Amino acid sequence: MITVKDLHKSFGDLEVLKGINADVKEKEVVCVIGPSGSGKSTFLRCLNLLEDITSGHVYINGEDLSDPNTNINKLRAEVGMVFQHFNLFPHKTVLENITLAPMKVKGLSKSEADDIGLALLAKVGLSEKANDYPESLSGGQKQRVAIARALAMNPKVMLFDEPTSALDPELVGEVLQVMKDLAEEGMTMIVVTHEMGFAREMGDRVIFMDEGAIQEEGDPNQIFSNPQNPRTQSFLSKIL
Amino acid sequence: MIDAILESPYINSLPVLFEGLKLTVLITFSGLFLGFILGAIVGIGRLSKKKLVRSISIVYIEVVRGTPILVQVLFIYYGLTEDLIGLSINSLTAAIIAITINAAAYIAEIVRGAVYSIEKGQGEAGRSLGLTENDTMRYIIWPQAFKRMIPPLGNQFVISLKDTSLFSVIAVGELLYMGKQYYNVTYEIFETLLMVSILYLLITIPTSVYLRRLERKLDV
Ligand SMILES: Nc1ncnc2c1ncn2[C@@H]1O[C@H](COP(=O)(O)OP(=O)(O)OP(=O)(O)O)[C@@H](O)[C@H]1O
Ligand SMILES: [Mg+2]
Repeated sequence: MITVKDLHKSFGDLEVLKGINADVKEKEVVCVIGPSGSGKSTFLRCLNLLEDITSGHVYINGEDLSDPNTNINKLRAEVGMVFQHFNLFPHKTVLENITLAPMKVKGLSKSEADDIGLALLAKVGLSEKANDYPESLSGGQKQRVAIARALAMNPKVMLFDEPTSALDPELVGEVLQVMKDLAEEGMTMIVVTHEMGFAREMGDRVIFMDEGAIQEEGDPNQIFSNPQNPRTQSFLSKIL
Repeated sequence: MIDAILESPYINSLPVLFEGLKLTVLITFSGLFLGFILGAIVGIGRLSKKKLVRSISIVYIEVVRGTPILVQVLFIYYGLTEDLIGLSINSLTAAIIAITINAAAYIAEIVRGAVYSIEKGQGEAGRSLGLTENDTMRYIIWPQAFKRMIPPLGNQFVISLKDTSLFSVIAVGELLYMGKQYYNVTYEIFETLLMVSILYLLITIPTSVYLRRLERKLDV
């Protein structure tokens, strides 16, 4: 579903991604871990071209992101993204946050979009917040709305960039629960996270990144209990 | 007593001055309205990824802000129209064009600053949902930025309003011009100019007070 071939990304002279190769299959949940500055966010952002690719290829369902003929907006609509800081639209209600893209990108009518939006709000347990503005929500609620907003475009894959790390500890659980439900429904997911519990329980695979490269990848249990690469060992010993 | 007040030189000048005030307000509002449209275009051009568009915008802003508005209006009224195109426009049109062009340069910077101040994540969220650059601007960035433009735009209104007094040089019948006409006949210079000042303040002070309140309310 997603194939990454020799992906390089530089900001000026700083090479942040130094040749990433990866494959994500349909319905797979891949967790990306690694120290700060290792390029996890940059990697994720290259998958929907929030960063342009310096060299290499990213294929999503066979379409090459770096091909200038690819319709980027259409591809982005198929790749949902959830940000660390939610990035909800503060001037729109919760429901309008969700319905904006289905209406403007897919051309749905307001009532069609509202139906989708309300169903998704029910799914993330926030039906009663439909007409509230984001500022009145807790962090956990905001992130659940952000997930619903991304799901409204019916994406084929969801990217999560540290979705719980801006949250108070007691609010992490509700967001992880929504993500677990999603994984169980068969959503393809790439999750940058420091939540090792989630990675262990839900991850089909864990990728350990350091210094712009994938240092080790494999089954979560193997990575966490028996890492092979010394960098993985030292990283895990610091956080576990 | 009542007669004395009604006959006073202060009150007597008012009917004439009101005619001027009407034109002052007309020039300011039309100039700012058109200036906002032009300024928004230049301001967004200033943020464009295309170097040529950006350069044109920068040159426009710098040229207009770097020259006095008095020179600009003389240029428009005599220099450009009569010498260059051979077409003559009336002085009111020249005044509105001058305010438009001048305010647009400052408004362009207001627009740029406001758009720039919107968090990067907003645009990224829009694009990641598949919205085009234009739709992201229109539905996400612009409504938020517009709110932040209101206080500085109000400030520009006060500045442009005062700038219109310069147009007495091309005989636009705005407030100061009407005042001059009046005291040239009556020789009541002090009284007339005092009333002219009060009329300006009658608009500028409430505007400033309202803006300060609005600023607090919008929390920007
Ligand atoms: N827009 C940018 N311009 C310049 N350098 C950048 C930019 N974005 C990221 N970088 C640099 O790229 C490197 C990798 O950043 P990235 O955000 O991908 O790391 P990360 O693994 O997500 O870290 P964290 O765990 O702190 O989020 C860092 O050194 C960062 O400073
Ligand atoms: Mg990051």
